[in-house]
Amino acid sequence: MRDEKLALQANERDNVATVFEEGVTAGTQVVVADAAGNRTVHTVADDIPFGHKFALRDIAQGELIIKYGEEIGVASRDIAQGTYVHVHNLDSMRGRGDLEREA
Amino acid sequence: MPSFMGYKRPDGRYGARNLVGIIPSVTCANDVAQAISRQVQGTVAYLHHQGCCQLPPDLERVTDTLISLGRGPNVAAVLIVSLGCEGTDHARMYEELRATGKPVEIIHIQELGGVTKAIRVGTDIARRLAIQVSGLQREEVDISNLVMSIKCGASDTTSGVASNCVIGAVSDRLVDLGATVIFGETTEFIGGEHLLARRAVTPEVGQRIYDIVDAMETRAKSIGCDMRRGQPTPGNIAGGLSSIEEKSLGAIAKSGSRPIQGVLDYPAFVTDQKGLWIKDTPGREPEILTGMAATGAQLMCFSTGLGAPQGFPSMPVIKICGNPHTFARMEEDMDVNAGLVITGEKSIDEVADEVFAKILRVASGEMTKNEAIGYFSAIDIHCLGPVI
Repeated sequence: MRDEKLALQANERDNVATVFEEGVTAGTQVVVADAAGNRTVHTVADDIPFGHKFALRDIAQGELIIKYGEEIGVASRDIAQGTYVHVHNLDSMRGRGDLEREA
Repeated sequence: MPSFMGYKRPDGRYGARNLVGIIPSVTCANDVAQAISRQVQGTVAYLHHQGCCQLPPDLERVTDTLISLGRGPNVAAVLIVSLGCEGTDHARMYEELRATGKPVEIIHIQELGGVTKAIRVGTDIARRLAIQVSGLQREEVDISNLVMSIKCGASDTTSGVASNCVIGAVSDRLVDLGATVIFGETTEFIGGEHLLARRAVTPEVGQRIYDIVDAMETRAKSIGCDMRRGQPTPGNIAGGLSSIEEKSLGAIAKSGSRPIQGVLDYPAFVTDQKGLWIKDTPGREPEILTGMAATGAQLMCFSTGLGAPQGFPSMPVIKICGNPHTFARMEEDMDVNAGLVITGEKSIDEVADEVFAKILRVASGEMTKNEAIGYFSAIDIHCLGPVI
């Protein structure tokens, strides 16, 4: 296992990065590599499991969450930089029969 | 030009396997088909759950899909097992499969006087067919004779950056060599359909892509709930995929970068189509694997992150695992380790070389892991209307 913890930013527009290491806990410094090979260091605020995402910058409630340079959902609450991003704070915008029923 | 060793069929296609297909025309004939297949070497049974008390368009869809499965080049001969009173058109199945020039036989359970008699007669016929085709020899043919289907299942976030990218690179190579590549999982276009539509060869094909996605999403929304947990699945979510959009954007990476020639309906058999095509299927394994085998695909490349082990009776399935931890845990079910992309030990192109070589070997007879252990019985036909 390498000493530094790596994450991937798939596209320069992305506001989340995906962690591909075990053992990324709150306070860990993570090296984020982008598609161009640039590396930046971020400190995560939560435990991030292998394959899961954290915010690269502050994302306000209602703002789009971007991965692969495309929309993957909308923030359902304010998300601070370094915070774990998953189903608890990211809402899908598609296949939402529940929203159509309410409307 | 790369080549593989295939079995020539009367219609000019080349098979990667030389099987006798036992096709129940309705789910009520499954037990007879299974008993015959267990007894006779070199046979496979398609144990599906459709074929009666369905609306006419679905009965036609089931009939057409079963015909397409029988037409597949991996199938050398066919025995249709009919109950007698089913809703599917077993007479048309028999006639259309006969027209391919393959040996085709049919039995009717009710007419023969019951299950044990049908098993006896069917076993006798299957034995004769198996011996009849068993001496066929493989011959070397150009890779352009290959139809490869692709799929991802039990995905996690490694799929979209490792195993699906590997399959995308392989898909581009096969398309450039004049072969046919089919991908599906319309549900997993949701949120990425605009990227696919841009690659369509005509505006009409682009519109068709939007239309099939809209139909699939409308069916899901008609239940009045959030699609999450149905798609993405709880396993996908545990693997880090937060929404169908995120899953889709990773899933479509496996289609590579070449133009999309058109959209095939679920039962459609590939005749002279070359290049990259879409087949309109759901994402669940039994239904999509059946739909893909029905294209006449000789094999499938299947990307997984969490570890999906299953195959299909007459279509070898090459498992390409993007998650290095899963590969370490489930190596006995995984054919290729694309997790090395995640660990930085191999590039996408290096793993694509490995998959390409594996494809040529499997098309020429090498067994995949799921074939070797016989894990391929879960199949089904995707229908649109209710069971009534």
